[in-house]
Amino acid sequence: MQSAADSVFRALADPTRRAIFEELSRQGEQTVHALTRRAGVSQPAVSKHLSVLKRAKLVGHRREGRETHYRAEPEALTPMVDWLRYYGAFWRDRFDLLEELLKRMDTEK
Amino acid sequence: MSTVGDNPRTLVVERVFAHSPEKLWRALTESPLLAQWMMANDFEPVVGHRFQFRREPLPQWNGIVDCEVTVVEPLQRLVYSWGIGGGAAGGGLQWVIEWTLTPAEGGTLVRMEQSGFGLEQKANYQGAKYGWQKFFANLECTLGGLEG
Repeated sequence: MQSAADSVFRALADPTRRAIFEELSRQGEQTVHALTRRAGVSQPAVSKHLSVLKRAKLVGHRREGRETHYRAEPEALTPMVDWLRYYGAFWRDRFDLLEELLKRMDTEK
Repeated sequence: MSTVGDNPRTLVVERVFAHSPEKLWRALTESPLLAQWMMANDFEPVVGHRFQFRREPLPQWNGIVDCEVTVVEPLQRLVYSWGIGGGAAGGGLQWVIEWTLTPAEGGTLVRMEQSGFGLEQKANYQGAKYGWQKFFANLECTLGGLEG
């Protein structure tokens, strides 16, 4: 889980990639050309960002003739959501242990 | 009582303990005490001190958290970084852990905030436009759907 969340966090660490992912989530399937027009960076840069997003499975694609259409795969965010839940449980457990320690500190005095 | 913030960018856990801020500060800052409820560590309450929390390795994690103390305000506030996989410098992930102690009725309110997601906020045009806050706000429905 740690490594799956890791690749998602890293892929989304770059603001341009977040913007691309968001654009695909909102507007649905798009070509590199359409994304480039909106992203404000060069087409090779957009392609590079898309390949990082694809590796993290945040973006899927399909070919149609000479064009490739990209789409967001929001299910890929699941490890990130799971990770947040993991840490939520982690800290609650730590608080419980802290409570026990504080009681022991009383008796040790 | 403990609660987790609704905002997915920041995790907040709070609880009132029926103990004094002095005692909680000891539990937070004395290494042997800290080890009893957190993890084995070489913590020192000194700004700039680098330390590690260590636990037994897990399949996908070596069990090491690399930290650096950034704020020490005795009895009130303690902040350190929390790096997994070498932290930000080592290509891993880095968070900020902030502890706040506030005298409360019946004891002390302890608040732990984990923030940052270890992701540097690049201050460029796109960064300003597409900060994490906006990103998560826009994906609220998506995340909600996943949890459903």
